[in-house]
Amino acid sequence: MAKRKIRIMVAKPGLDGHDRGARVLARCFRDAGFEVIYTGCHQTPEQIASSAIQEDVDVVGLSCLSGAHRYLFPAVVKLLKEQGAEDITVIGGGIIPEQDFQGLYDAGLKALFTPGAKLDYIVEWINTNISPRA
Amino acid sequence: MEIGKKIKAGDVRAASRLIRNIEDNIPEAKTTLKHIFHMTGNAHVVGITGSPGAGKSTLVDGLIEFTRKRNKTVGVLAVDPTSPFTGGAILGDRIRMQRHAEDPGVFVRSLATRGALGGLAKAVGDAIHVLDVMGKDFVLVETVGTGQQEVEIINHAHTVIVVLVPGMGDEIQAIKAGIMEIADIFVVNKADRDGAGKLQRELMAVLDMSNIPKGGWRPPILSIGNAFDPAEFERGVTELTAKVQEHYDHLVKSNMIGDRKRRKVAHELNEAVRSSILEPVLLKLVTSGELDKMIDTLLKKETDPYTVAEQVAKQFLKDCM
Repeated sequence: MAKRKIRIMVAKPGLDGHDRGARVLARCFRDAGFEVIYTGCHQTPEQIASSAIQEDVDVVGLSCLSGAHRYLFPAVVKLLKEQGAEDITVIGGGIIPEQDFQGLYDAGLKALFTPGAKLDYIVEWINTNISPRA
Repeated sequence: MEIGKKIKAGDVRAASRLIRNIEDNIPEAKTTLKHIFHMTGNAHVVGITGSPGAGKSTLVDGLIEFTRKRNKTVGVLAVDPTSPFTGGAILGDRIRMQRHAEDPGVFVRSLATRGALGGLAKAVGDAIHVLDVMGKDFVLVETVGTGQQEVEIINHAHTVIVVLVPGMGDEIQAIKAGIMEIADIFVVNKADRDGAGKLQRELMAVLDMSNIPKGGWRPPILSIGNAFDPAEFERGVTELTAKVQEHYDHLVKSNMIGDRKRRKVAHELNEAVRSSILEPVLLKLVTSGELDKMIDTLLKKETDPYTVAEQVAKQFLKDCM
């Protein structure tokens, strides 16, 4: 039997067109052997949640540099839960002040990566914490 | 069957998980496929193929829009290549179709080729069945960006759209075998660019030379200009949507649909036989360590691959030898 592959969606919610970071991550995940679904910019939480379910991903990685992460990140977690997909892990990154971390963890985010986080470290976190559909 | 029923009832989660299990070659997936096969065969499967960057995903997005306007539902399978080095993939066709992400009448699934060579993923045939059982009226299959030879799509689609752009070579390209032969509909995309008229004339010349039987289907050549010009894009895709329907109606009226369905099923059986024979044999050879030993003998030139293959066949396929 073939080995399960990790599928990850990289998405940019909200009014934020700065996708260099998201693209670098997408490339890095590809090189780590993951199947990466990239949605592009300006996505609503509803678009992200329904796409994640259609694509049956293991992880959704949200990138936000606009400051709206406190609203957008939890909205994605909530929508996934409402649609019976709470097993999809949501992680986030971008310009996120440290005082917002706890609130986002409480809302169901599983990890947050901010500027300076090493690509290897992010990949390692995913490989350690995500087991594709058992 | 529980999962089959869920999918028939339109359960998106169940469908997307089944497709995942098919891709990952999980045995339960085959059990479900056995149960749902009798419900398949209702969707009109449309293939969209063409070189990388020709505009396939954008056209698929347009086809979704105009098909939805006719109150028909759509499933999309979009294939992108897997890295031969890391096994990873960037699946980016979806970007062009995200405006339909919240429409319950649209289901979009990206697939990585995972080493398949014909321009599709191995799981495509079965994934089409899943969307078919979900009740999608149309299943649009977008191939990877193709070269000349990736024609696997003809084994799955009732209607094949070949998307071309100006400036890809001289008229000899147009008479070569392979992808130029499989079109039911040609689209000259980005037709606002230089060379579009020349490309269109060359295609016409090629079609004039081919032996289309009386009453047969002559692939129409549509030209679609700048996709960022909304009026032009709407005009082009409206025409394309109409031609896709016209082609299907022609297949039905001329009884050609039976041939296409037969080709599709024959291909499926072929694949199923191949995998149910080859996979257990290879698995056995790998786990017993025999395969490695065989490779060693080949490296030492003690024997040759043809003899070894015949020995394997003799060992496992007594009836045929």
